[in-house]
Amino acid sequence: MKNSHEHYYVPSQSAWPIVATFALFFMAFGGGLLINYGSPLLLTAGVGLMAYIFYGWFSKVVEESHDGLYSVQMDNSFRLGMAWFIFSEVMFFAAFFGALFYIRTLAMPWLNGEGDHAMTHELLWPNFIGEWPLLNTPAATSSVPSGLPDPFHLPLINTVLLMLSSVTLTIAHHALKDNDRVKTIRWMAITLVLGVAFLIVQGIEYYEAYAHLGLTLESGIYGSTFFMLTGFHGIHVTLGSIILLVILIRLLKGHFSPDKHFGFEASAWYWHFVDVVWLGLFIFVYIV
Amino acid sequence: MTSAVGHHHGPATGITRWLFTTNHKDIGSMYLIFSLLMFFIGGSMALVIRMELVEPGLQVVQPEFFNQMTTMHGLIMVFGAVMPAFVGLANWMVPLMIGAPDMALPRLNNFSFWLLPFAFFMLLSTLVMDGGAPDFGWTFYAPLSTTYAPPSVTFFIFAIHLAGVSSILGAINVIVTIMNMRAPTMSYMKMPLFVWTWLITAFLLVAVMPVLAGTVTMMLTDIHFGTSFFDAGGGGDPVLFQHLFWFFGHPEVYIMILPAFGIISQIVPTFSRKPLFGYASMVYATSSIALLSFTVWAHHMFTVGIPLVGELFFMYATMLISVPTGVKVFNWVATMFRGSMTFETPMLFAIAFIVLFTIGGFSGLMLAISPADFQYHDTYFVVAHFHYVLVPGAVFSIMAAAYYWMPKWTGNMYDEYLGKCHFWCSFVGLNLTFFPMHFVGLAGMPRRIPDYSIQFADFNLVSSLGGFLFGFSQLIFVLVVVKCVKGGKKAEAVVWEGAEGLEWQVPSPAPYHTFETPPEVK
Repeated sequence: MKNSHEHYYVPSQSAWPIVATFALFFMAFGGGLLINYGSPLLLTAGVGLMAYIFYGWFSKVVEESHDGLYSVQMDNSFRLGMAWFIFSEVMFFAAFFGALFYIRTLAMPWLNGEGDHAMTHELLWPNFIGEWPLLNTPAATSSVPSGLPDPFHLPLINTVLLMLSSVTLTIAHHALKDNDRVKTIRWMAITLVLGVAFLIVQGIEYYEAYAHLGLTLESGIYGSTFFMLTGFHGIHVTLGSIILLVILIRLLKGHFSPDKHFGFEASAWYWHFVDVVWLGLFIFVYIV
Repeated sequence: MTSAVGHHHGPATGITRWLFTTNHKDIGSMYLIFSLLMFFIGGSMALVIRMELVEPGLQVVQPEFFNQMTTMHGLIMVFGAVMPAFVGLANWMVPLMIGAPDMALPRLNNFSFWLLPFAFFMLLSTLVMDGGAPDFGWTFYAPLSTTYAPPSVTFFIFAIHLAGVSSILGAINVIVTIMNMRAPTMSYMKMPLFVWTWLITAFLLVAVMPVLAGTVTMMLTDIHFGTSFFDAGGGGDPVLFQHLFWFFGHPEVYIMILPAFGIISQIVPTFSRKPLFGYASMVYATSSIALLSFTVWAHHMFTVGIPLVGELFFMYATMLISVPTGVKVFNWVATMFRGSMTFETPMLFAIAFIVLFTIGGFSGLMLAISPADFQYHDTYFVVAHFHYVLVPGAVFSIMAAAYYWMPKWTGNMYDEYLGKCHFWCSFVGLNLTFFPMHFVGLAGMPRRIPDYSIQFADFNLVSSLGGFLFGFSQLIFVLVVVKCVKGGKKAEAVVWEGAEGLEWQVPSPAPYHTFETPPEVK
């Protein structure tokens, strides 16, 4: 550890961050323009620029890593950075899980006439019967679902797919450590296929919810928590799949060595995190 | 601002130096200048508020615009002035204090900074949009911020997202730097307190900024995509918004004060020429405050109708925080006790901090008493309370830090006479502004209202006069900074007689690159 302190690589000037700032700003301001004024131009430009930056900035990092600029200490910086980034993601999901638990254990019983908010029930919605899953909302203005997704049908398949993908990813990791590249690439590809399969099944589930069950974002608080939680998870699986794809391409190019492959490990951490979130969803959104 | 005496390579020339920089000192300077700019913009809005409140009745602005001013003032001061100032200080000082060559992730650091000007450009641009800027208070409670919000709320939400990304990435950088970049012999319990408090602050940031992001996202979908998170008619609950917001918001107020504690813990020992009293207890007190901060949020919501058991829990948990805070105040006073004290500008700000922050702490204790809070809630007493912890608390500590380290940054001593003028004008101004607010608040004057009953007129006039004194006094600070950057008495490496720490081992001004090989720490 002591020696590693001697050569901490401090990159010289870089244009990537400021360009990335423009990209993110275009996305944010463009998002506002799209929602308020229906103009998708700036948002599209932002997304495109952001994709270019991800490619360019990470390529630069890969290049620097190949040039041997990164010490053990630098590797540790990346590890810590990734770990804390994942922690921030955990807290993002915690907000939505927190909302779900709050609604189910406190707000809905109050609307039902229990505890301190009994007057709300009596004065506003005396006919409201609160039970989870909440299909008939108090104001009853939103679209009422005719049913809910069966947890032991598509969601169970998805659970199996994601759990399997975690296993296959670990097999790929062990193969990489054993310097068996063919095996690594094979299992990595299988992991990616499982991830994409998950997304397809999730898409089918959404389609069925909208087309057949009448369960939409506008179906009151159930639809809100259901689609926001599974939706953000789905976005994370999409991002995770893209990351896995990039790692797969890098493996095909011959990147990574048995003892130095943090890019691979970071993608695995992210994938396992997404996996754990799904378990929470499967239990608290679908089953319980 | 820094001259290029590093043997490695100096700064690039021209605008690209600032746009493309990966240097923690450049980025720190940009953060500080940005926050000063925001301080003046947010301050001008405060002066619009005070101008309207000079006398009862409506005279200067329309109520709608008044609401926009209170909202934007709060948002800009919290997210644009205080937080970036602390991040700027962390950027400049943390690598110097732990003997690191730079921040751990220098390009990410540049990204974190540059997001901020864009975020605040976006937030300020709402002022010229149809329907005006956000007008629902800086706490943006639903349904005011959802059902009844102006259209510009969409841009407000995305601006918060940008600022949030900046904060999270900046905080990750600070954590990684402190955990991984310390000089090899610097153990955690040898770290300067400013570094310790920032480590804990950064943890709080990473823990709660994502919750804020989730909350504004729920607002966005409630407004535009038909979800019902904060709509009881759809089975949601507007009070859920308050829970989510204050789960972020209460740690947020400690985000704005823990680095201040660190700064004061650096300055008081220097000018008392004694080591800090109770170093370890300071570390544990800071950690306790941070952990407790996750368990007190609903004290902001005593009157919204939470169950009795909630009132009790959050009341006692809140009061518990005064224990570690008391430890800190005790330690600072004990550090000064029998010290060879001198009273240069940083020390004046630090002592004022200790006294006035403690007043803010006591009024906080009063507000924590749930039954009493039913009387104080949403009155000017609350405004007085949080301005006492934020202005002579956070802002004074930032000023103290600026005076304390400015010679290290610029290589020149600042003008001590002007510095003292700045201090005394600010001190008098802020007390004139905020002390009377305690009285009008206890008498029942509600906050965020552009008009008021006639019996509050005298105290409000005093507040307004004090507000203008405080506001214009800050121009003295600009003068001090400009003079100090341009020239002045040359500063030595150890600027202050009693100063200890690695930052004083490098020359003044600090070379562009420092500690490329780590120093020995005794």
